[in-house]
Amino acid sequence: MHLHRLEKIWLKFGISMLAVFLIVLGIMAFSMGMKPPSEHHHTVDPTKVAEMAPFDNPGLNQIGKNHYEAVMTAYAFGFEPAEPMQVPVGSKVDFIVTTSDVVHGFAIVGTNVNMMIVPGEISHISHTFDKPGEYLILCNEYCGTGHEYMATTIVVQ
Amino acid sequence: MKSFDRSDSKLVLAHILFAFAALLIGGVAGLLQSMVKSGSIELPANIGYYELLTAHGVLMALIFTTYFIVGFLYSGVSHTLGGKLLPASRKFGWAGYMLMSLGTVMGVIVILLGKASVLYTFYAPMKASPWFYIALALVVVGSWLSGFGIFYQYVRWKRGNKGKLSPLFAYMSVVTMLLWQICTIGVAIEVVVQLIPWSFGWVDTVNVVLSRTLFWYFGHPLVYFWLLPAYICWYVVIPKVIGGKIFSDSLARLSFMLFLLFSIPVGFHHQLMEPGISPFWKYLQVVLTFMVIIPSLMTAFSMFATFELYGRSKGAKGTFGWVKKLPWKDVRFFAPFMGMLIFIPAGAGGIINASNQMNAVVHNTLWVTGHFHITVATSVALTFFGILYWLIPAITGRVLTPRMNKLGIIQTITWCVGMFFMSGAMHIVGLLGSPRRTAYNSYNDHPDAVLWMPYHVAMAIGGTILFIGVILIICNIVGLLRAPRGETEYPIGEVSEASEKTPAFLERWGVWIGIAVALILFAYTIPLIDMIRDTVPSPGYVTW
Amino acid sequence: MSKPDENKEEPALKGTFASVMLLGAFIVVTWIGVFALFMARN
Repeated sequence: MHLHRLEKIWLKFGISMLAVFLIVLGIMAFSMGMKPPSEHHHTVDPTKVAEMAPFDNPGLNQIGKNHYEAVMTAYAFGFEPAEPMQVPVGSKVDFIVTTSDVVHGFAIVGTNVNMMIVPGEISHISHTFDKPGEYLILCNEYCGTGHEYMATTIVVQ
Repeated sequence: MKSFDRSDSKLVLAHILFAFAALLIGGVAGLLQSMVKSGSIELPANIGYYELLTAHGVLMALIFTTYFIVGFLYSGVSHTLGGKLLPASRKFGWAGYMLMSLGTVMGVIVILLGKASVLYTFYAPMKASPWFYIALALVVVGSWLSGFGIFYQYVRWKRGNKGKLSPLFAYMSVVTMLLWQICTIGVAIEVVVQLIPWSFGWVDTVNVVLSRTLFWYFGHPLVYFWLLPAYICWYVVIPKVIGGKIFSDSLARLSFMLFLLFSIPVGFHHQLMEPGISPFWKYLQVVLTFMVIIPSLMTAFSMFATFELYGRSKGAKGTFGWVKKLPWKDVRFFAPFMGMLIFIPAGAGGIINASNQMNAVVHNTLWVTGHFHITVATSVALTFFGILYWLIPAITGRVLTPRMNKLGIIQTITWCVGMFFMSGAMHIVGLLGSPRRTAYNSYNDHPDAVLWMPYHVAMAIGGTILFIGVILIICNIVGLLRAPRGETEYPIGEVSEASEKTPAFLERWGVWIGIAVALILFAYTIPLIDMIRDTVPSPGYVTW
Repeated sequence: MSKPDENKEEPALKGTFASVMLLGAFIVVTWIGVFALFMARN
């Protein structure tokens, strides 16, 4: 089919632009460790969350120098552990989260930590907290009448 | 000039009026939502924010859109494929209307009774009343009947006009309803096979990851179901309205075929932040998503080319002289043009949303809400509003008066101003982290949340202006229905002489549908097998 | 076989080209903006 000379140039530019975006995203995801959350598939029985490790003991565990694991459970309408966790500045935290009821969101405002928590599934994401502060963790997926109250914090000092 | 068939006119008008009744009720809900979020009002105890939000989403995104689209498509199919609908087509049209309306009324009642505060995406394992899911199923099956009427008229025309190229409006209508038919299969399976039995209690659990995947298999092409009718207006009607010609018939048809191919195997870009889908398949569907941007890049070129060639034919010189020649004071051009213009930031936002890991910046924030308010609620809606100013006169034997035209321009500007404040604020506050689908809360006056408040106020100001815009369009419809009698031509563009002959392969439906199905199987088979095999199902919950 | 439109001049579409390139620039700038935000928050 015949294309006007200028349309050919426009489409070449447009397709190249999209290809560059995809290449950048692909390289960052697959060789620089910046994939979307929950890369590995782990399941859990959603009706037995409170009895199954590690969710039978939600909270912070230190697993290395400046490296922590934060095991959390989302429920309508809060997060376990109820008390905000505290980590030192510069720590890398691996968040391991599931839900004991409906789908929830897990977002730490001001960071790229933003993932869905789906019953039967374990979600995971890691973040290094370079700046001190009290970070707001909120549910950003509608989960019922108390959705707007569903939040906690994590303190970095 | 032959006037529009009277029986067909009733069918089209029924769809338009139902659509705008839905817009009005949905608009009231939207206004109340914006006022709650800005802290201006508290709802009385018996009305829930999330009930209103469910009604708003269903009425605006499913009912207003589908009814207007079916009505508009039937009008063009009637006009271009023989001047009137065949009896069977009209019967399909009415059967679809009845079934959809039964479903809509049932659904709205169940929602307002508080038994389905699950939002228009109704994510499991939140469990609504089975009558909500039945209502949705009725709307979807009704829309299938509506599609059959269009297919039937097209097939009969092709038989009676062997070897002839089908009229562009009808061709594009068939692509639109074909897209709808293929993509609604996903949500129909979710609702009928998974959710209704579970909601009635006949099965105890539901596979949540699978249900979400079936929904988004439908949910992305849904937005192209909204967009393609607007593109029909831009490609076929606008050239006639301005007095120009269609830039290229074959490129217009090719763009629609590319939409058929690439709008469906891409649902994962709405699920990028979820567990249960591998990074490989997420990225693959992101690549397919980027393919669907190409027909929109083609459309942008075609639109500007149509305008420039028209302007130059009227003596315009220089790179942008043609801009001044366009009929800015004609609402039948101005409203759809504003839709086109706003599609630039709308599409740019969409590319960002689909960008794999970058989605983390915007997922479930008000940025997403800002995005879909400029796509469907502006680009598409303003185009639909602009269509009314010739469609209602054409089908009712009336004329557009200068006064109605002026009121149309005012309504269009009102809408743009309101949306600028509301969606502009939503985009910014979304980047700052403010969550979507969330009622009023200050999060214990956390400093991040306090920062969001002024934007929520700006959203309420925009929302109020938009509500005025809703009232204005309703008034304008009343005005058009009472306009003086006369003849209004149904504007169908002619193709420019410079456009090449359209190749026949663009109408080899079997080939194109085959490729579309192959792409869907490629993008979904393995992930679906994993989901069915490896997930643990969940019981239902009523959390409202 | 020569096509009839090889002999016709292509219509002047400078303004169209300028307009779509502006649109392209808008897409690039906004995408880079959000990309930068993503990298800054990482």
